[in-house]
Amino acid sequence: MTTKPLIRFENVSKHFGNFIAVDDVTLDVHEGEFFTLLGPSGCGKTTLLRMLAGLEMPTSGRILLGGVDMTAAPPNKRPVNMVFQSYAVFPHLSVADNVAYGLKIDRVPRPERDERVAEALRLVKLEDFAARKPDQLSGGQRQRVALARALVKRPRVLLLDEPLSALDAKLREAMRAELAAIQQQVGVTFVMVTHDQDEALAMASRCALMNRGQLQQVAAPADLYEYPANRFVADFIGTINMIEGTLGVDEPDHAAVTSDALDVPVFVDHGVTGAPGTPVWVGIRPEKIALTQIDQPRPTGPAAMPHANVTSGVIVRSAYQGAVTLHDVETATGTVLKVSHVNGERAAAAALPVGASVWLSWPPRAPVVMLG
Amino acid sequence: MKRQPIGPLDYARRWPLRLWVGAVLLFLYLPLASLILFSFNDSRRTIRWEGFTLDWYGRMMNDGALIDAFINSLTIAALSTMVSVVLGAMTAIALWRFRFPGRGLFDGAVTLPIVVPEICMGVAMLVFFGQVLPWPRDLAWPFDLGAIVIAHITFSFPFVAVVVRARLASFNREMEEAARDLGAGEMRALLDVLLPHIRPALVAGALLAFTLSLDDFVITFFTAGPNTVTFPVKIYSMVRFSVTPEVNAASTVLMAITVILTLLAMKLQGRELAKIEQGH
Repeated sequence: MTTKPLIRFENVSKHFGNFIAVDDVTLDVHEGEFFTLLGPSGCGKTTLLRMLAGLEMPTSGRILLGGVDMTAAPPNKRPVNMVFQSYAVFPHLSVADNVAYGLKIDRVPRPERDERVAEALRLVKLEDFAARKPDQLSGGQRQRVALARALVKRPRVLLLDEPLSALDAKLREAMRAELAAIQQQVGVTFVMVTHDQDEALAMASRCALMNRGQLQQVAAPADLYEYPANRFVADFIGTINMIEGTLGVDEPDHAAVTSDALDVPVFVDHGVTGAPGTPVWVGIRPEKIALTQIDQPRPTGPAAMPHANVTSGVIVRSAYQGAVTLHDVETATGTVLKVSHVNGERAAAAALPVGASVWLSWPPRAPVVMLG
Repeated sequence: MKRQPIGPLDYARRWPLRLWVGAVLLFLYLPLASLILFSFNDSRRTIRWEGFTLDWYGRMMNDGALIDAFINSLTIAALSTMVSVVLGAMTAIALWRFRFPGRGLFDGAVTLPIVVPEICMGVAMLVFFGQVLPWPRDLAWPFDLGAIVIAHITFSFPFVAVVVRARLASFNREMEEAARDLGAGEMRALLDVLLPHIRPALVAGALLAFTLSLDDFVITFFTAGPNTVTFPVKIYSMVRFSVTPEVNAASTVLMAITVILTLLAMKLQGRELAKIEQGH
């Protein structure tokens, strides 16, 4: 991107005593993005967000907002506002007073304040609840109050700390769509922390995956899923079959990996930058493996290496999930591969029962080869 | 409605427990009940019931010295309560909010007056105001009460601190952060968010401090001069002459005020807490 980044973390670290919460993070977020910080609990994503809000001070490094160094600015002097995980709606104030709080502090004159509060409440569809006290609201409504209260200040960046974690599954789905719609409508840059990968993939325009205080990969959701930078990313996002092997052939337009875990090589239609013999990891997602009954003809492998990418096995376990069934297939080498099979037709009995022998095959574009 | 069978944990519905509870209540309240009862007794001697009368209350109202003592007590209680609430709340917030060297020591030192025997506190006050820092004599009312007020603050504010601190434990720090995030400075965030949260504790603490001060005898006895007699001290001096039903009446009044204030404190705290808890 050629535009100047709105937020820039420069070599930011945060230590709590001996614990390193954030380890040398350098990251740019651009204007208008819906950016998510994703990672397992304790990975430092919330600390990073809190440093952006001014609620924590980095141990080292700089945080720039719109080109201005904000590292040492107190939270009340930053053009960012936050939706807290607990919503932190003030219980002693009415909904309208909660939303008006920030404007009162900024001494926004009464008529403008009332107008902006009404507008913010309309945005989150709470205009009929202005006079209510927070204890008369549901969890979802309280969250909307928190959202309106932050947006009414017209921040340059809206920070969201696990905003959907306290909602039940149905409401969470609905709020996902609504948050995305609100972001479109107001055009404010959103930075959201979440540990829920589905949430991150569904909502983000770009996503940073963190582990143990370090950035693992910063990419669009589809890139994160299909082109993971390393084993942690591949494993954290979705389900994946990981196979350890060595690089056999490596040409600019194709490569093959041999592994003790599989009785056939894994062929991919792109080069891997590594000398033959380099230890690598191959990941294949369950939905990218095709499953056919053993009495069907053997699926054909890639033209360049027909014996690759096709093997057989026995279904040892099945987990029916409605739309798909996830099969555990044990191959001749004893490796268990997870394979998902779309239930395209209604059938009471499983088409592929436990104990059935099956062909497993995958196209050359399915596997992802990782060096670390 | 059909009676439910007694469940395995329904101890309160079995007669041995009920009997026991009754015995305990009798043990606790029989002396107090007799005190109240005989304040209405139409007899100078207090041992036999001679008939109902309000004479003793009337006589009490006309006893100038007793009324003066009562006014002194109320004044002392009001002044010491105001200071105790501010001091106690500030102590609680400081201990809850900040880490500083000597915090543990300070924490212990603050709650010490709660456990130090009253008689020791009394003697300490006597020595302090007698020798170390004598309170000026012959000041005009209410300044002559100063020594007693200070003494009362020393033992009441730790109670306020304890109550406020318990309340602070349930405070969601994100509330304060939210206020800061929305533009409030440190002090403003504290006033706008923390203060409403601890208000029930402040009210409860104030009523506690007030009743403690109103009731106190031991420490007051050591700090009071001839012109600064409080209600409990006055009752004590009346008993030294003879136990008349007038003493009963005065004691009953003191007890009634204390009980009413305590009930009020409990009720306020309960209701406000219930209201605010729902907000979380």
